[in-house]
Amino acid sequence: MKIFFAFVVKEFRHVWRDKRSLMILLGLPIIMMLIFGFAISSEVKDSKILVIDHAKDNQSRMLIDRFNQSEYFTVFAISTDEKIIPDYFEKGSVRLALIIPSGFRTDMEKEGSQLRLIADATDPNSANIATSYASAVIRDFQIQFFENAAAFMNINIETRMLYNPQLKSSFNFVPGVMTLIMMLLGTMMTAVAIVKEKEMGTIEILLVSPMKPILVIISKAVPYLVICFVDVLLILFMAYMVLDMPMRGSLPLLLLESLLFIITTLSFGLLISTLVSSQQMAMFISLVGFLMPALVFSGFMFPIENMPLPLQVISNVVPTKWYFLILKTIMVKGLGFEYIIKPTIILAVMTIIFILLTLRNFKVRLM
Amino acid sequence: MSKVIITEKLTKKFDDFTAVDAISFEVEQGEIFGFLGANGAGKTTAMRILSGLSYPTSGKAEVAGFDVYNQVEDIKRNIGYMSQKFSLYENLTVRENIHFFGGIYGLGRKELKQASEELISRLHLGPEANKLVKSLPLGWKQKIAFSVAILHRPKIVFLDEPTGGVDPITRRQFWELIYEATSQGITAFVTTHYMDEAEYCDRVSIMVDGAIAALDTPAALKSQFNASSMDAVFLQLARAAKRS
Amino acid sequence: MRNIKFLLQKEFRQIFRNTAILRLILAMPIIQLILIPLAADYEVKNINIAVVDNDHSGYSRRLTEKMKASGYFKLTDYSESYRKAEAAIGRSETDIILTIPRGFERDLIREQNTELQLAADAVNGIKAGLGAVYAQQIIVSFNQEIRAEWTNGLSLKQKVPVTISSALWYNAEVNYYLFMVPGILVILVTMVGSFLAALNIVSEKEIGTMEQINVSPLKKHEFILGKLIPFWVLGMTSITIGMFVAYLIYGILPIGSFLVIYTYAALYLLAVLGIGLLVSTFADNQQQATLFAFFMMMIFILMSGLYTPVDSMPEWAQWVARFNPPAYFIRLIRAVYIKGSGFEDLGPEFLITAAFAVVFNALAIFNYNKRG
Repeated sequence: MKIFFAFVVKEFRHVWRDKRSLMILLGLPIIMMLIFGFAISSEVKDSKILVIDHAKDNQSRMLIDRFNQSEYFTVFAISTDEKIIPDYFEKGSVRLALIIPSGFRTDMEKEGSQLRLIADATDPNSANIATSYASAVIRDFQIQFFENAAAFMNINIETRMLYNPQLKSSFNFVPGVMTLIMMLLGTMMTAVAIVKEKEMGTIEILLVSPMKPILVIISKAVPYLVICFVDVLLILFMAYMVLDMPMRGSLPLLLLESLLFIITTLSFGLLISTLVSSQQMAMFISLVGFLMPALVFSGFMFPIENMPLPLQVISNVVPTKWYFLILKTIMVKGLGFEYIIKPTIILAVMTIIFILLTLRNFKVRLM
Repeated sequence: MSKVIITEKLTKKFDDFTAVDAISFEVEQGEIFGFLGANGAGKTTAMRILSGLSYPTSGKAEVAGFDVYNQVEDIKRNIGYMSQKFSLYENLTVRENIHFFGGIYGLGRKELKQASEELISRLHLGPEANKLVKSLPLGWKQKIAFSVAILHRPKIVFLDEPTGGVDPITRRQFWELIYEATSQGITAFVTTHYMDEAEYCDRVSIMVDGAIAALDTPAALKSQFNASSMDAVFLQLARAAKRS
Repeated sequence: MRNIKFLLQKEFRQIFRNTAILRLILAMPIIQLILIPLAADYEVKNINIAVVDNDHSGYSRRLTEKMKASGYFKLTDYSESYRKAEAAIGRSETDIILTIPRGFERDLIREQNTELQLAADAVNGIKAGLGAVYAQQIIVSFNQEIRAEWTNGLSLKQKVPVTISSALWYNAEVNYYLFMVPGILVILVTMVGSFLAALNIVSEKEIGTMEQINVSPLKKHEFILGKLIPFWVLGMTSITIGMFVAYLIYGILPIGSFLVIYTYAALYLLAVLGIGLLVSTFADNQQQATLFAFFMMMIFILMSGLYTPVDSMPEWAQWVARFNPPAYFIRLIRAVYIKGSGFEDLGPEFLITAAFAVVFNALAIFNYNKRG
């Protein structure tokens, strides 16, 4: 045990000495949090809209006002010439145009009027979202306009947004970023660190030392376990301080589950390191074979339920999906262990499988 | 005989650490000059300055008649270099390595062909010449690396611990190559850890704590320090070192 | 020039001998192009809905059927227990709960007024927001249907003062692949250019051959050109493979001309290679280089508009995105693929990318000299 401790200390020194890498290891979560928190938001907020107003009556002005008041839209320009729409689209200054026909007010009162929405569908997702939100704005507008008609067979809808009434995107991405960073650091850094020693031939020197070979390998993973854990704390701290993200569930439970996930990623990194012999190969496998699926299948950026069935099945064997689920359940929903028993068991089983496979490969190599 | 290396109070500082402390020495053409010192004594730093890889902080140095401050390009054309780190491309064949390094030192098509055939037959490589370097034993790699380093007939060849990790017989064969090169007028500037190799040198300098503590022929050094071997000379000097 | 010839010969020999890199260059476009567009369709559909029906009336069942038939929702649970549905939300098995109150149908007919409740799992704000909007749309249209039935369709027109017709331009079939695939190609080319080039140079440092090059009379610019050209060729090759694969799998071809894409890619690769060179001057070993490159790729991708539109970013982030080379390529390649834009529309992209190329390479060369 004493020797093991000495090895761990040595590995810490290695990691500690490489200040540049250390800076990235600790800076990456901070930058990612800032980018996700402030720069990119997948909410379509303040979308610029072009209004072609042929009517120019008080109703059309009220409609335009409603768009301006909506948090989703900003009226970028108002014109009466439909021919300018392609110009605005091609310059990319607006992605949605609303066309109000002439005689809007009178038609509304008589036989009904037809509004047209034209979206630049170069990005189909935001086009769809913007069109849906615009339709909702228009619907609210007409409900208000015909308030008296509402007395007849009216269904009111009360909508509640559970856990996140302001629909903050941080509630989704903080757990997402945490998942991704743990995955990257845990898997790639461990795999590369060990393969590097293999490549340099120094691993043989370590393996002939009096310590059990597997402990040598594990001691290399320990510093990354600590760094990952520090990153977890860093992210939680930033989420709380900078992004006003609440911590609704139990912190000890969250940290325990994080520890489990870190061990899962480290053991996967160890497994990769037993399979490849060059750093470039290790990176290739971690990056293309693992990190990308981890990103895609975590459910963080892309909804799993929309994927073709085979991919949905694959997503079940990707650890990030389960950790992401655990984080959301504890942090945002504030629920207890009984809600995350299934994902916890899955992660634990995965970890055991990775470790068993590592041990098996390791023995084979030594013979 | 002309002098191919002249240094005068050559100094290199890293922040407040003086790696090379005002060393002055001269090397004659065609001589085998041994450059000894314990790890961290400053010999690699000094060699890097002389081969144009790093600038000195102060002092003067001329290599092959060119100044290390502002004629580095001329120096590079007139020296060969072989380091302890492996300097051939492992995933190229021997022939391809010769072709590449000969090429970037400006050998013409004909010269290249001639030089590479000569090298291959001198080292008795035969069919091995078309194998990847990584598949060859270490001793061979070292011999090939040396031969490639003098392919362009440099005035001086710098050898940084060229024979690490091989058996005495292979080392002896390597030194035969050095003798052969110096007999053709090439100067060899060698750092080494092996004291038996120090005995093969014409003159030896021993660095301690960044400065030259002794410089003479092996025989003269042995009598000066009243020692039976270079090993004993080295130990006497190295024990006095403050850095380790 | 002669020296560069020798360098290129050596570099290409090594590349063709290193099957791992070749595989990487071949496999990356194929895997990425197959996987990401299939997975990254985030149009909100297949929303899991649980209906808590306390009414069990004709109307409540009709509304439930209408929800199911809409294509947006998948009915995961139909029961009387709100608590059960709420627990399902806790376990993330359900996204939205529609609660139909007892006496829904009766109140609607007798009191002319009733209330439905929607509760959405809002951890993912977009999904919850859109899910609620879709559910509201369906309820409103259900409401109009039953009104029409009660008035024999007479007042239908009157009750709908505004109808909306929407059109999607440029990508009318909402071909998600047309949007995503060209963007992924850009990321791919960026990775080949910056990542592989940086790793290659750093590995020479690590092995020690770099020192051998440094003592030779090779000029810095010759060495750098000797590295730039092979990876430039690899980058151009990978974009060609990528466009070919895109055509094979997704049948996607640019409306505009290949010439525009290739001309720009040629320039863009220079900029990206400059970044790779710069990274290689900072990193001492491959592990560091990977970390650097990864860090940068992460920022590049997130700030590029690949997944989230740049114009919905705040002002300062849009400024950051202006210094992000992939953002320009993504905009350009989408414009050429989807809108058929030509040289005349894309002047700024070309100019700015040229400026990037000059700046990054100059910085890299400057940093190189300092090492000597």
